[in-house]
Amino acid sequence: MLNEVLAKQLREIVGEKYFRTDQEALVAHSYDGTPMLQALPDGVIYPETTEQVCEIMKIASASLIPIITRGSGSNLCGGTTPLQGGIVMVMHRMNKILEIDMENLTATVQPGAITGKFIAHVEGMGLFYPPDPSSMKISTIGGNIAECSGGLRGLKYGTTKDYVLGLTAVLPNGSVIHTGGKLTKDVAGYDLTKLLVGSEGTLAVITEAILKLIPQPKTKKTMIAMYKDIYGAARTVSKIIKGQIIPATLEILDNTTIRVVDDFAKIGLPLDMAAILIIEQDGEPEMVERDIDTIFNICKEEQADRIEIAATREEAEKLLTARRSAFTALARLRPTTILEDATVPRSKIADMILRTNAIAQKHNVNIATFGHAGDGNLHPTATTDARDHEEVHRVEEAFAEIFEAAIELGGTITGEHGVGVVKAPYLEWKVGAAGIEVMKGIKVAFDPLNILNPGKVFAKETKKRVVIQHG
Amino acid sequence: MASTLGKPTIEHTNPLARTLLEKLDYDQLTNCMRCGFCLPACPTFKETGMEPASPRGRIALMKAAVDGLMVPDQQFEDQMNLCLGCRACEPACPADVKYGQLIEQTKEAIEEHAKHSLPVKVMRKTIFRTLFPKRGAMKLLGGSLAFYQKSGLQKVAKSTGMMKLFPDHLAEMEGILPPASSKGVVERLGEFYPAKGEAIAKVAMFRGCIMDVMFANTNVNTVELLSAAGFDVYIPKSQVCCGALHAHSGEMNDARELAAVNIDTFKSLNVDYIVSNAGGCGAILVEYDHLMKDDQKYSENAAWFASRVIDVSTLVVEKGRIPRFDQKIASSDQQKVKVTYQDSCHLRNVMKGSSAPRTLMKQIENAEYIEMVESDSCCGSAGVYNVVQPEMAGTILEHKMEYANQTAASYMLTSNPGCLLQMKLGIEKHKPEQPMTAMHIVDFLHERMIFSK
Ligand SMILES: Cc1cc2nc3c(=O)[nH]c(=O)nc-3n(C[C@H](O)[C@H](O)[C@H](O)COP(=O)(O)OP(=O)(O)OC[C@H]3O[C@@H](n4cnc5c(N)ncnc54)[C@H](O)[C@@H]3O)c2cc1C
Ligand code: SF4
Ligand code: SF4
Repeated sequence: MLNEVLAKQLREIVGEKYFRTDQEALVAHSYDGTPMLQALPDGVIYPETTEQVCEIMKIASASLIPIITRGSGSNLCGGTTPLQGGIVMVMHRMNKILEIDMENLTATVQPGAITGKFIAHVEGMGLFYPPDPSSMKISTIGGNIAECSGGLRGLKYGTTKDYVLGLTAVLPNGSVIHTGGKLTKDVAGYDLTKLLVGSEGTLAVITEAILKLIPQPKTKKTMIAMYKDIYGAARTVSKIIKGQIIPATLEILDNTTIRVVDDFAKIGLPLDMAAILIIEQDGEPEMVERDIDTIFNICKEEQADRIEIAATREEAEKLLTARRSAFTALARLRPTTILEDATVPRSKIADMILRTNAIAQKHNVNIATFGHAGDGNLHPTATTDARDHEEVHRVEEAFAEIFEAAIELGGTITGEHGVGVVKAPYLEWKVGAAGIEVMKGIKVAFDPLNILNPGKVFAKETKKRVVIQHG
Repeated sequence: MASTLGKPTIEHTNPLARTLLEKLDYDQLTNCMRCGFCLPACPTFKETGMEPASPRGRIALMKAAVDGLMVPDQQFEDQMNLCLGCRACEPACPADVKYGQLIEQTKEAIEEHAKHSLPVKVMRKTIFRTLFPKRGAMKLLGGSLAFYQKSGLQKVAKSTGMMKLFPDHLAEMEGILPPASSKGVVERLGEFYPAKGEAIAKVAMFRGCIMDVMFANTNVNTVELLSAAGFDVYIPKSQVCCGALHAHSGEMNDARELAAVNIDTFKSLNVDYIVSNAGGCGAILVEYDHLMKDDQKYSENAAWFASRVIDVSTLVVEKGRIPRFDQKIASSDQQKVKVTYQDSCHLRNVMKGSSAPRTLMKQIENAEYIEMVESDSCCGSAGVYNVVQPEMAGTILEHKMEYANQTAASYMLTSNPGCLLQMKLGIEKHKPEQPMTAMHIVDFLHERMIFSK
């Protein structure tokens, strides 16, 4: 697909070093964070400017070469695996924070900027950028935008989509579009900014973003509540929200996760608990005090076995460690960790966890569940071994049933990890046949030649809904 | 970790691929879930921005070679050799992938297939088989180095520009070598040095080979510091080189032979702790259990040995009576003397000894400890790395010295001879704005120790 002439043209655009077709580069860009998925690209390119991206796209269009845009490759849906070959376009060199506008409270950044570094930079200036995916130490702003990533602060502060004000993006034919801007109000035409957020690299290459910043909350308070009855935990979540308190963080760990976490971090969690809630509120000191008090009482009403409020920031950090080490602890259990991402209305959290446990048991696989209770975004996580094909098959069956259960409970197949290739067969379950048709129309409008991240989001075939066997 | 399903059955035609399949721990390759959490920790990734130069990339290359997705070529070998072995990727990894073991196994496989040119072969053989393992040879080298330095020959060599005949980086290194000595710690202190006051525990000192020739004073100071902190110190004469440089260069059998001698030596003393004052040595000592795991005769004693290995700072802070330290000569403007610290990667990432040195530095009266940005990131020394990969080592050092300069410290302390030399080289080459002296933390503490009489 890539002949010498094209290779030479591409090298002329980005420089000798930054277009590679050597074996090493191809292998190192044949995977992302998604388990058990790998495919070799034909080349790897590292652009430095929007103009270079335009030139590259023109060549790709003329020669029908697939382009797979890549941030840090930390996605879990196969979003950057070059399934149909083509060129992986790595955005790492476009990593500058171009401007922090203190008057409009906006930041203008290049897509390759590492989210964690950007957040630290902004916080150093006394400002706040809330979207904090657990992968923020490595993931890029571009990847976050393309996946519409969320994090622990999603409940109160929303996710990436709530902070993208404007974008510069390159279309497959090489033309540049600017969407939105430093404006809070803008209804001129369709909202292309929102459309590009979560578009998973299938519509355009994002080369610059204007992000909204907010003032930093003054104080923070953290507590943990432990329950023998998982419905008690779930009712607590509903009651907190019903009481019109929106905590900054409201996380849940199920019993399987508690056991694994404690075995790993040895922080003395009671192993007989069905669930733990980790709750944090931030804001004005009086309001934080009042909210934490009210939440404390709700936890008591719902028969929490133990409630602890952190007296100091260090103690709070210790409590948050439990949640943060969930993934680490699970990852150490078995060679292959499959972290999934089903979301249900928050009133259905207990049902969803119990359904997940029953499904895991039925298929004889290990699945632990933790996640963002406050927004119903759960992460059922299977620990398995890629080499055991029979077990992996059972895990896949179990997950199909879990997604089905999520939809039955009024939820969705992914809350933040995106569709990519992994969830593509399930997309129709959520959006329906008509929904798929509209989405395909949008794809054609942006990318008529289907060269941007082909094979993602839309599956050749939709998975048949699993017939749940009773008894 | 649940039990393993083992390796794939593949008939490789490429000999290196075959050896990689045989040597590499396939479970560890499978454990890597490609999350990328290790990327920001990796100095070669930071410098190049290229995935293949990251831990995740290198593991993917290893796995691809074993799985037959690629044929390991020269580029593969080069990429593996570009890895510093600093192991900063390990603490960053949620899945606890033993990267250090993987890179060692890879280098061992590469080494088996290396077609070294004859001079390189002879040099390697001399260095690994003759020089390091043998005290006599090392002392001889120390002696002749001392002669070279003291006799004025060094000056002659420098003034005649003889050093220019060597590659730049070797010439640079030559300039910062400390005065060597043929008299090691045993020759100066004997094989036993008692605790000051009541003895808390019985410890044995690992003197190291380079340490004992180029930094014999540091070894002596270590013993005195340990004694002041309440330890009876043994310094067995029959100990040999730790084997780290052999292991990191893929000469595993030599490393195991050396380990066996050390294990026998220290086991017979039956000490409570085995103290190291060089992160690089300590890291392999603390992993002798892994090194010897397939050796039935030694595996049990190796575990005994490994469980007792501890860095001098950690021992003093965690088990000893911390002596009093005072910075007597405060600078003229009455400001506190500023001290900063470069972690030894192996001490930090493998021996988990990053907090004790900081605790000690903060204990010194009239001195101010300043944390350097990225003090936890490799300085580029990494064993013989700065000699074999001068370009990457140079770039890393340049960035390191920018951060060093920002601290405005007068002293740059380290916990490993390689890092110490590298920091000396950095100071010499990049001249921080204020005068800066690089020192081993033990020497710095020793100079400031108030002996309670
Ligand atoms: C351990 C772990 C924890 C995680 N936790 C979370 C979490 O809490 N919340 C969450 O939402 N996600 C999470 N993720 C998933 C993942 O980190 C996020 O989706 C992240 O946003 C991906 O960023 P990236 O830079 O790695 O992008 P990549 O993985 O490189 O790319 C992701 C997608 O974005 C596209 N893309 C990248 N850059 C551009 C661009 N400039 N223009 C157009 N398209 C582009 C790619 O084509 C791809 O489809 C986690 C992943 C891991 C491994
Ligand atoms: S952090 Fe560990 S599991 Fe993740 S990519 Fe690096 S080595 Fe693999
Ligand atoms: S050992 Fe150091 S240089 Fe090598 S991959 Fe790990 S972090 Fe990078």
